[in-house]
Amino acid sequence: MNAQDWIAIASIITAGITVAGGSFGAALGEGRALSQGLDAIARQPDSASTLTRTLFVGLAMVESSAIYPLVVALILLFANPFVR
Amino acid sequence: MNPFPTPLWSIGPVTVTDSVLVMIVLSLLLVGGGSIALRLPRARAALELGYDTLERSIVQSTSADAQALVPLVLTLWIFLGVANVVSLVPGVATPTRDLSLAAALAAISFSAGHVHALRAQGVAYLRHYLEPSPFLLPFNVIGEIGRTIALALRLFGNMLSGHLVVAIVLYLAGLLLPVPLMLLGVLTGLVQAYIFGVLTLVFAASSIRQVEAETARKGREKK
Repeated sequence: MNAQDWIAIASIITAGITVAGGSFGAALGEGRALSQGLDAIARQPDSASTLTRTLFVGLAMVESSAIYPLVVALILLFANPFVR
Repeated sequence: MNPFPTPLWSIGPVTVTDSVLVMIVLSLLLVGGGSIALRLPRARAALELGYDTLERSIVQSTSADAQALVPLVLTLWIFLGVANVVSLVPGVATPTRDLSLAAALAAISFSAGHVHALRAQGVAYLRHYLEPSPFLLPFNVIGEIGRTIALALRLFGNMLSGHLVVAIVLYLAGLLLPVPLMLLGVLTGLVQAYIFGVLTLVFAASSIRQVEAETARKGREKK
C-alpha cells in the first residue's frame, strides 16, 4: 500500500459519497418543485403551458446542482490530478 | 462506444476527437438540408409557418424585446435537438458529451445575450452590474460567469452521464437492457436542448428587463 493506492481508494470512496449526497439534495428539491408544479396545474389548468415551461426551466436549474457533484466525481475517477 | 471523447488524429498541436468530426458533419448536414428545403416551395412554406409560430410564442412569453435572439435560439434548439439524440445511430457518438462543445455553445449564448442587450440599450445596459449597489459589482460579475459555466456543465453533465449509464449497463448486463435507458436519454437530450435555448433567452431578457424596470423607476421618481 503506497501513497498512490491510498489516493485511489480515497478518490473512489469520495466519488461515491459525492454523487450520493449531491443527487440526494437535488432529488428532494426537484420532487418538491414537481409536486408543487402539478398542484398548480391541477388548480389552474388554463395556465398549464406557462407553468410547464417555468417548471422545466426551474427543474433544469435545480438539476445543475446535482450535475456539479457528478462532474467532481468524474474528475476524481477519470481525470484525477493526483494519480500518476 | 466510448462514453468519453476519443482522439481520432492530430494535426500539429490540434487533436481532432470524434465529437469534432460528428459536430462538423452534423452542422454541414443541417445547413445543407436547410438550404435545400428552402428551395422547395412546400417545405419552405412549412418552415416559415413553423418559424412564425415559434417566434410569436417566444416573443409573447418573454415579453421583453427578444426578437433579435429568436434565430439564435431556434438554431440552438435544432442543433442540440439533433446532436443530443444522434447517438441512437450506431457508431455515432453525441458531440455534446464533450465539454469543449458545451463550453463553446455557452460562450456563444453568453456573448449573444450581451451583444443583443448592448445593441438594444447601449452602454446604459452595463449599469445593471452596479445594481442594487456598486459594492455588489464583483458578485454580479461572478454570478454572470457562474451561470454561463453552469449552462455548459449542465449540458455536458447530462449528456455524459446518460452515455456513462448506458455504457455501464451494457458492460454489466448485456445487449438489450440499455434500451430503456437510451429512451430516457432521448427524453433528457430533447429537454436539455429546449432548456439551453430557453435559458439563453431568459438570461438575455432578464438583464434587459432589469434595466427597463430601473429606468422606469428613476423616471417615476423624477416626476
